[in-house]
Amino acid sequence: MGAYAIRRLLWVPVTVIVVSIIIFLSTRFIPGNIIDLIESEMAAMGATGIINTKAVSHALGLDVPVYVQYARWIGNIVLHGSLGTSFLSKTNITSEILQRIPVTAELGIMATVIGVLISIPIGVWSAMRQDTISDYVLRSIAILLISVPSFWIATMIFIYPSIWWNWTPPIQLISFTKDPLGNLRMFIIPALVLGAALSGVTMRMTRAMMLEVLRQDYTRTAWAKGLSERVIVIRHALKNALIPVVTIIGLQIPLIIGGEVIIEQIFVLPGIGRLILDALTNRDYPMVEGINLVIASFVILINLFVDLTYGWLDPRVHYE
Amino acid sequence: MTTNVEATIPKKRVETKRRSFWADVIIRLVREKPLGTFGAIVVIILLVVGIFANFIAPYGMNQMHLNAILSPPSFKYLLGNDQLGRDLLSRLIYGARISMIIGILGTTLSSVVSIVIGLISGFIGGATDMIVQRFVDGFMSVPGFLLLLTIMSIVGNGMFQIIIVLGITFGIVGSRVIRSAVIAIKSNIYVSASEAIGCSPIRLMIRHILPNIMAPIIINFTIGLGGTIMMEASLSYLGFGVPPGIPSWGSMLSNEGRKYMQQAPNLALWPGFCLTIVVYGVNMFGDALRDILDPRLRGGVGSYSLKGNKLRKLKEETVNRQPMV
Repeated sequence: MGAYAIRRLLWVPVTVIVVSIIIFLSTRFIPGNIIDLIESEMAAMGATGIINTKAVSHALGLDVPVYVQYARWIGNIVLHGSLGTSFLSKTNITSEILQRIPVTAELGIMATVIGVLISIPIGVWSAMRQDTISDYVLRSIAILLISVPSFWIATMIFIYPSIWWNWTPPIQLISFTKDPLGNLRMFIIPALVLGAALSGVTMRMTRAMMLEVLRQDYTRTAWAKGLSERVIVIRHALKNALIPVVTIIGLQIPLIIGGEVIIEQIFVLPGIGRLILDALTNRDYPMVEGINLVIASFVILINLFVDLTYGWLDPRVHYE
Repeated sequence: MTTNVEATIPKKRVETKRRSFWADVIIRLVREKPLGTFGAIVVIILLVVGIFANFIAPYGMNQMHLNAILSPPSFKYLLGNDQLGRDLLSRLIYGARISMIIGILGTTLSSVVSIVIGLISGFIGGATDMIVQRFVDGFMSVPGFLLLLTIMSIVGNGMFQIIIVLGITFGIVGSRVIRSAVIAIKSNIYVSASEAIGCSPIRLMIRHILPNIMAPIIINFTIGLGGTIMMEASLSYLGFGVPPGIPSWGSMLSNEGRKYMQQAPNLALWPGFCLTIVVYGVNMFGDALRDILDPRLRGGVGSYSLKGNKLRKLKEETVNRQPMV
């Protein structure tokens, strides 16, 4: 375990560097230059020849080779802890991202909690009643939850309640410190939409893990001792089955962040998802790179955490 | 007595050999997996509607009926019309074609990318494997949706662009599963045997390993198909997918559906409904196919031993599901 943890830790910086290269190249190496894009968009709006291509590319630091640009970018992050300044608002990217984190984190945490609350009881029930009608129905629902696009459900929530009951979801951001209940009320609907989508995967995983544990010898022993079904399922089986499920919940973070881009857009929440969408539509690539790097680093850390705690939670696991 | 026994054995063999692999899969699908069969029917309907869209659709996809702008459903226009007077039903039918083309071509490309990366990385191993896998790790760490949005915003809207971008990105992520399968197959004695009689590495990969990893390849394809269709719709919904004018279900939902949701809720309801049914069908079919082709993976991660590779299997499973936004 110790040797594994050290090896695993040593890989983290390597992965971060690889990720930073992927993120950096994704906006630079692909055909189509940022300046050409800005120019063609300006032309489309009827403003040709306003920008001086050379001056702009110098101001953006695009007039040097790609590896110099990359070195400057990384150097800035390592030496000054700064992700640079936004093309558009000229503000500091780091502080802008930090400002947006609370909304995204709150939505993400609420969605995860809702996902768990929906999925684990249903997954357990489904496993206990394996191959019965209720199992089939619940499993189909799990796949349905994975298949329904969250942007469709979210749009439907804006349409039909307003037609039927003249009700629309609140979209005015209420700060948690001012009005905690109002804040939760406005987050609950987007969190439900996102949480339901996530619960499908967790439900399937819980069921599969429960089935495996229910077939183990110690479960049979528990039955033979005459324990009640409730005790067996909760104390003996669920505890063991939940270990991989918990890791899966940790690994779903990229999924949550992807979903939040759409949900924040629909529910007008000022989180990181909105920030990156706005940055993308305004072609603010330093901002895009900054956000992608922050999120990817976070995902890498979560992955590390999951890998390390897995062995601690389940001592039977052997690392290769 | 002995002659009798010998006479019966070949007879039985002939009988079991008659059914081909695919016939067997189809028979098991229909017999054992009613929901999987439903999924297969949805996939077939999607293919038929997509291929024959121009015969099935009552009107053209961009044909405007200026006297019927935002009109409610009627016998003439079964699901009503959008803000330009275009028939919603016809656009939905053409939308099936867009989903089908992007889904199939994108997933085919991603399968090819997965196979090439997985085979090379898994078969060669050593330093090559390590370097390739660090890049795959990197790709898996950036949330797929963010990476796709970023790349699409640069390469621009378009069918061709979206197919290439989805194909390559999903291909890189999906290569993990193929690599694991290759490594498992590689340790078989028949691989060492062919190596011993002087098989070239290329021949080994193509003739001996590739046919044995068909199950994960097919499973990857069906699961990836649902993800690709969903991802295209999500990107188009945000305006980073197909160009305006092409009726993708995702862009119909955001361009017409959300803007006119009060006057004509149908415009948002039906594209999302079609998308849900198709993705649901594809996922159901993929799931059933996985159960039939690879019993070890049944219902998620199934009965893999608790040692070592379970966590990897779990990761592969979640990452495979990643496209579902």
